[in-house]
Amino acid sequence: MDSLINGIGFINILAILATSVAAGFLGVFLVMRRMSLVSDALSHVALPGLALALLWNIQPFFGAFAFLLVGIVLIYLIQQRTNLPADAIVGVLFTASLAVGILLTPEPELLEALFGDFTKISSFEAWTAIIVSLLVLAGTIFSSRTLMFSIAAPDLGHVSKARLKTVEFIFLVMVALIVALGIKFVGTLLMGTLTIIPAAAAKNISKSFAAFCVSSIVIAALSVFLGLAASYWLDILAGPAVILAGVFLFLLTLVSKRA
Amino acid sequence: MGQESILEVSGLSVVFYGEEVLRDVSFVVPKGEVVAILGPNGAGKSVLLKTLVGLLPYKGKIVWSKDAKIGYVPQRFQVEKSLPLTVREFFLLHAAKFIFARGEMENKIQESLRMVQVAESSIDERLGTLSGGQLQRVLIAWALFDKPNVLLFDEPTAGIDATGEQTIYNLLHELQDRFGITIILVSHELNIVYRYATTVLCLNRSLVCSGAPREALTPETLAKLYGGEPAYYHHLHDVHETEDII
Repeated sequence: MDSLINGIGFINILAILATSVAAGFLGVFLVMRRMSLVSDALSHVALPGLALALLWNIQPFFGAFAFLLVGIVLIYLIQQRTNLPADAIVGVLFTASLAVGILLTPEPELLEALFGDFTKISSFEAWTAIIVSLLVLAGTIFSSRTLMFSIAAPDLGHVSKARLKTVEFIFLVMVALIVALGIKFVGTLLMGTLTIIPAAAAKNISKSFAAFCVSSIVIAALSVFLGLAASYWLDILAGPAVILAGVFLFLLTLVSKRA
Repeated sequence: MGQESILEVSGLSVVFYGEEVLRDVSFVVPKGEVVAILGPNGAGKSVLLKTLVGLLPYKGKIVWSKDAKIGYVPQRFQVEKSLPLTVREFFLLHAAKFIFARGEMENKIQESLRMVQVAESSIDERLGTLSGGQLQRVLIAWALFDKPNVLLFDEPTAGIDATGEQTIYNLLHELQDRFGITIILVSHELNIVYRYATTVLCLNRSLVCSGAPREALTPETLAKLYGGEPAYYHHLHDVHETEDII
């Protein structure tokens, strides 16, 4: 697949790298909150938005983000207002939107919407991805204290006057932003996984929060390099290759944990 | 009393799902007192404490003095074993810079651990792997970290062995002696109340009695508080033996 490195610029690689690193950092909190599957299913919500954007000729990012925003507001309300386990509702609702999205998406675009296409990214999209990812990284660093309070000790956070609810909402918006960006690279089906795998792998080898964050980010970046290399040498789709590289690293951490 | 008060509560009611868990509770806490909230299980003791620190919605009035700085030690604090958060990082939650404040906070964290007699090597351990007693002490150190002038303490020694219990109460005593810190603690152990409290509030959804323990805790009020079981009274003469009144 000679087009992969020749046809696309350095900037595209930087874009997927920035998005994955931001996703890997957000994943740290998703994994600690036991929201892995929620965020995986959440990425499916993007598909109808993506489809409508394609039909109406809007930037796909905005279509996907609009639908994801609705998805995260639902998750937020379920978490805040009820004691219901979010997973069942999320599972049903979000899978339904995947089905609707598949029906809505014009057939020629379907493969790209589901699995992403790293080669078809305009430089505008690449720059958007880089800038938004950097903002999300900064936002996550800024929110990490309050997020940790809400995970480990919400009562103590409340007494310490941390703004738990506001920050939790901002966090979910950041997840929606990164998922909307990443869909371009790895597709609707696999984007959720991109936020989860590096963190799941990092958790196996980290004793402290600082180590957890650093290793999740490093594993996310490594997955991108390994995945793109595999995609180039083996002539396979970049999105699934990046995800599989992440799974490979996850297995390595699992082995080192057992050892 | 002529003493300045740190907390005034009047007409406090808390309702959960249509059930009144606290009914028309009023009391005043003077500065520097050790107030014990005594009552049977389900009496609303923890609810009262949580309401006082602002964790639950309520009706009525809770007025803290302007200079009140609250430390809170919750009951049944559960941490997942595998949560990647070390004891050090747990303390760093006190800093706005969180993880990035590591260098400047190190000494203070070590000092806090020493104060509650937790080995300094625990600083790198995960919070979730501490034993119940160690975790409780770490929580106390955490609550005291920013030098509060009032400490709210829910079942201080739940899940701690007898020697550990002694350490914690001695620590509380010392805090009170040295810094004049106000302590509001929940307990269902009468011996603790007798030994450490200057004021007792007997709670069974509403306030049953209040005052100095030796005056307020008459056999009649205890009977009213615990539903008339005479079995409690003989413990009063033998406080050292009594581990758990209920």
